[in-house]
Amino acid sequence: MNDTPIPPSGEDLPPPAPPPRPNGGLPQRLLARLIIGFARLLTGARSLWRGCAPEKRQRIYFANHSSHADFVLLWSSLPPALRTRTRPVAGADYWQRDALRRFLIHRVFHGVLVDRERSEPQHNPLQPLLDALHAGDSLILFPEGTRNLEDGLLPFKSGLYRLGQACPQVELVPVWIANLNRVMPKGRVLPLPLLCTVSFGAPLSIAADEGKEAFLARARDALLELAAEAD
Amino acid sequence: MDRDTLSLFAGIGALLALASLIGFVLKWRSRGAASPVIDNLNARINAWWVMVAVLGGAFWLGHGAVILLFAAISFFALREFITLAPTRGGDYPALVAAFYFVLPVQYLLIAADWYGLFAIFIPVYVFLLLPILASLGGDTTGFLERAAKVQWGMMIAVFCISHVPALLTLDIPGFEGRNLLLIAWLVLVVQISDVLQYVCGKLLGKRKIAPRLSPSKTVEGFAGGVALATLVGASLFWITPFSFWQAALIALIVTLLGFFGGLVMSAIKRDRGVKDWGHMIEGHGGMLDRLDSVCFAAPIFFHVLRYGWT
Repeated sequence: MNDTPIPPSGEDLPPPAPPPRPNGGLPQRLLARLIIGFARLLTGARSLWRGCAPEKRQRIYFANHSSHADFVLLWSSLPPALRTRTRPVAGADYWQRDALRRFLIHRVFHGVLVDRERSEPQHNPLQPLLDALHAGDSLILFPEGTRNLEDGLLPFKSGLYRLGQACPQVELVPVWIANLNRVMPKGRVLPLPLLCTVSFGAPLSIAADEGKEAFLARARDALLELAAEAD
Repeated sequence: MDRDTLSLFAGIGALLALASLIGFVLKWRSRGAASPVIDNLNARINAWWVMVAVLGGAFWLGHGAVILLFAAISFFALREFITLAPTRGGDYPALVAAFYFVLPVQYLLIAADWYGLFAIFIPVYVFLLLPILASLGGDTTGFLERAAKVQWGMMIAVFCISHVPALLTLDIPGFEGRNLLLIAWLVLVVQISDVLQYVCGKLLGKRKIAPRLSPSKTVEGFAGGVALATLVGASLFWITPFSFWQAALIALIVTLLGFFGGLVMSAIKRDRGVKDWGHMIEGHGGMLDRLDSVCFAAPIFFHVLRYGWT
């Protein structure tokens, strides 16, 4: 019974066994529905699939980041079948801070935490992300690395490039989240009800001879172009 | 629901069934050829079924449900209005007050039947409170414009819309217990005027009435729609406290107000460079696209009734 199944021909890597998914509990699922319902009531959560369709493909959705609610809105605007296999990437320093945040990020959102402070320098900070991708999950990633409170986009961190290189079969989908910074201005607790749109662009892939800087610039431009269309 | 309400809804249901049938035949006759006009017509008719069902459900549940329904409508309308009226960080306290304090309080005052306060709460107290809150932010950029935008949102999306359920507070001698019919009559006349203006415009429309504000409105659509809707309003006088001619005159007033409400709200949209306020209602656009005419008609209808019939 514990024989490793032989991978079907044509696949180079047998996918490792997926890690146990903590999404079984009814209370957690109800809480997730509640949070999604709340996000919809506040923002209308309108998704525009401009460059791709909501299909069951493995993707990294990379988006602009202006508020802690960004991934909640992006996650809420995915159809349920995609949502269960899509995990937000979030900063460990913020989400590990107290029991409530830990519960939300692990149990409700099934987030992948990334060690932005590199507390253990010998570890690859992208390893948890690679594990999730190898398990077949999609990711929500904010390549600016931190919240941007100004207009436009900060320079992208290199993670997107390295993940795209390590997993070339994964589609890299730009996602522009519009207006959410008005819903949750910096330092305010109570969100305002204002309509937001989430625009999904055409998937990118890294060209064979494309360098890191060139790809990151292209990805950033694709996202800015989506923003201009959304206006 | 009393017999008049039931027969009214049955009539609307029959009308919608006829509309759906016409939509189906038009779609069938186009033989699969893409026609955005027919598709939009059918989307509009389907949305009408939903809107009538929601309003009918609230009527069936009673006054509280109707007040709650219009509070929700105000919320969605205000959300659309403020989304399109760009504000700055300094407006946050005023916007929090608008959504989480003014809107619920206005509807609570209506539920409590406190005419003396709900009639002046927003035009007086909130009018002064909002710019005070905005001034606390210390940001002077476009101050008057920003303050005015939030005040306009309050007046249109909350104050004006709240005058539809406010009709429930009127005590009209000889009309006790039938106030829901006032809402039904107002909404029906104003909305059917919009529909008939659209139909007359599509069938006969030639001369544009306000090409810069609203390119789809025509003189023929306006005249035909208002005349026919006035006739509908007059012929429904038996559900109102009005005589036939009173009903005709008041129907003319509310349809004209509805028309101009549509023009004004359209001018705001054009200025912001959009076609619709939102996307809530399939085929129609946003909540405010459907309610722009009601916003302008409701407060005047309320005061005409209050002055002349109570």
